[in-house]
Amino acid sequence: MSEQNSNASPAEPAVRISELTRRFGDLTAVDRVSLSIATGEIFGLIGPNGAGKSTLIRMLTTLLSPTSGTATIAGHDIVNEPAEVRRHIGYVPQLLSADGSLTGYENMLLSARLYGVPRAERKQRIERALARMGLAEAAHHLAGHYSGGMIRRLEIAQSLLHRPEVLILDEPTVGLDPAARDTVWERVLELRSRFHRTMIVTSHLMNEVDQFCDRIALIDRGRIVAVGTPAELKARVGPGATLDDVFIRLVAAREEEQEGGYGEVRRARRAIRDHG
Amino acid sequence: MAKSGGPAGPSAIMVERTFRSRIADYVTQTWAVAAAEVQKLYHDPLELFTRAVQPVLWLMLFGEVMARVRGVAPGNLPYLDYLAAGILAQSALFVAIFYGISAIWEHDLGVLQRYLASPAPRSALVLGKAISAGVRALSQALIVYILALLLGVAINLNPLNIAGVAAAIVLGSGLFSTLSLIIACVVKTRERFMGIGQVLTMPIFFASNAIYPLSLMPPWLNVVSHVNPLTYEVDALRALMLTRGVSDYGLMLDFGVMAAATAVLVAVAAKMYGRMGY
Ligand SMILES: Nc1ncnc2c1ncn2[C@@H]1O[C@H](COP(=O)(O)OP(=O)(O)OP(=O)(O)O)[C@@H](O)[C@H]1O
Ligand SMILES: [Mg+2]
Repeated sequence: MSEQNSNASPAEPAVRISELTRRFGDLTAVDRVSLSIATGEIFGLIGPNGAGKSTLIRMLTTLLSPTSGTATIAGHDIVNEPAEVRRHIGYVPQLLSADGSLTGYENMLLSARLYGVPRAERKQRIERALARMGLAEAAHHLAGHYSGGMIRRLEIAQSLLHRPEVLILDEPTVGLDPAARDTVWERVLELRSRFHRTMIVTSHLMNEVDQFCDRIALIDRGRIVAVGTPAELKARVGPGATLDDVFIRLVAAREEEQEGGYGEVRRARRAIRDHG
Repeated sequence: MAKSGGPAGPSAIMVERTFRSRIADYVTQTWAVAAAEVQKLYHDPLELFTRAVQPVLWLMLFGEVMARVRGVAPGNLPYLDYLAAGILAQSALFVAIFYGISAIWEHDLGVLQRYLASPAPRSALVLGKAISAGVRALSQALIVYILALLLGVAINLNPLNIAGVAAAIVLGSGLFSTLSLIIACVVKTRERFMGIGQVLTMPIFFASNAIYPLSLMPPWLNVVSHVNPLTYEVDALRALMLTRGVSDYGLMLDFGVMAAATAVLVAVAAKMYGRMGY
């Protein structure tokens, strides 16, 4: 099952999202989003805080069920075949997800077992993955003592152990110093060049999205405002425009922060503090 | 979980993944969760010792005093012997009933997302947690055994009996830790959980045969105690742990009640645990 056998035909996009919608009470966090992402593409999701990026991603990872609409990932439907979808994707959540009270190796072992990596291959795959992420030395230290960059690398290593066809990264570089950010992106690019994996990445850093993503969707208040290559989006705004300009121009100015933003920030901070 | 996420049609993978390999996966996934919890205990074993204080107090203070009251324990069983089995069950109960807080903790930290995003069936995750609560409880049992031996309780050291005690403890802890997980899924915050945990522990403990026989109870309490799974755990422990212990309900019924209650709770918890990520 760790081989790349999905029932997606080569022509079919790795991810096809159709009319995906999620409401929380009166709030429509994701509003009829449709997108196609090709195999091997690095796809960026950008948008202001509370735009609905994480909500969209949590539906794609089957952690949250859509209010309406659906999506197909690696040929499997997120509503009807959630277990198969989970088998074929790797997910690095916005909040920290490595367990600080286990060592790096133990975290990897947990993932390997949960994802059904064959027993005979576990040790070797884990050791190789840790080495590739520069964590070989720290493998047997508690993840709770890792730096932010090491934790992120560990989480990425965990999410790749079962060789997923689609890797979903929610703000993988948030809180990392520039060197650690570069390392994360190097790994992402390497995965694409060596294994032709598909990736969905969110970020608030326009320069890294501009530099590393093949295509971008700009989301605001749950809706897709624009989709295209970084060059296309910049051309829309005018000559010499940066992605920052695109962002500011296309995102409707808002008076107040949406509620829920505080809770999200507090949770993220608490997670970081408790891990650190 | 494979049920709720039923395949729309046969695919290459579904055919390939035979029934046997699915069972093997399920066992591995359950073990993954349990093993991770055991590793955490290994990294931070202090908790086990701090938890040992309570059973020591019950046996050495409460037990020694109550042993002077005649006729509490049925037959010619010394009261301290009678109590030892109850305290064994109690120490396991206390570990298990607060176990759900770790699920809230994992939710707040984000670690829960890693579990829920994996292809492991939710029931395997829940069962793994239940087993790890059982393992914790076994370490408590060791302490109670040592203490009881020191206090002169007539303990049956036949390996079969010890295995039976271990089975009853793991099953009982699995039962109450899964109940605890369900509560955690409902209340969602640590503060509320602690409140409910405190409120719940005492009735479960006192409305059982842990420290006195049901025959001493007023009728209404007697009825409540008969539907309390702890009663059946204590009954099994008394029969298996003590040389002179007897079971009131029979080991078949004791284990049957615990297994059935655990199965129902795991099924309910599996449904709720999957939604905890929302
Ligand atoms: N479980 C929930 N219950 C209620 N509202 C929610 C829930 N999860 C998200 N929301 C709301 O949905 C909206 C979208 O949130 P989401 O986390 O998807 O935004 P985001 O684009 O990821 O933002 P950020 O850049 O800050 O991570 C927000 O208004 C948020 O408060
Ligand atoms: Mg987000």
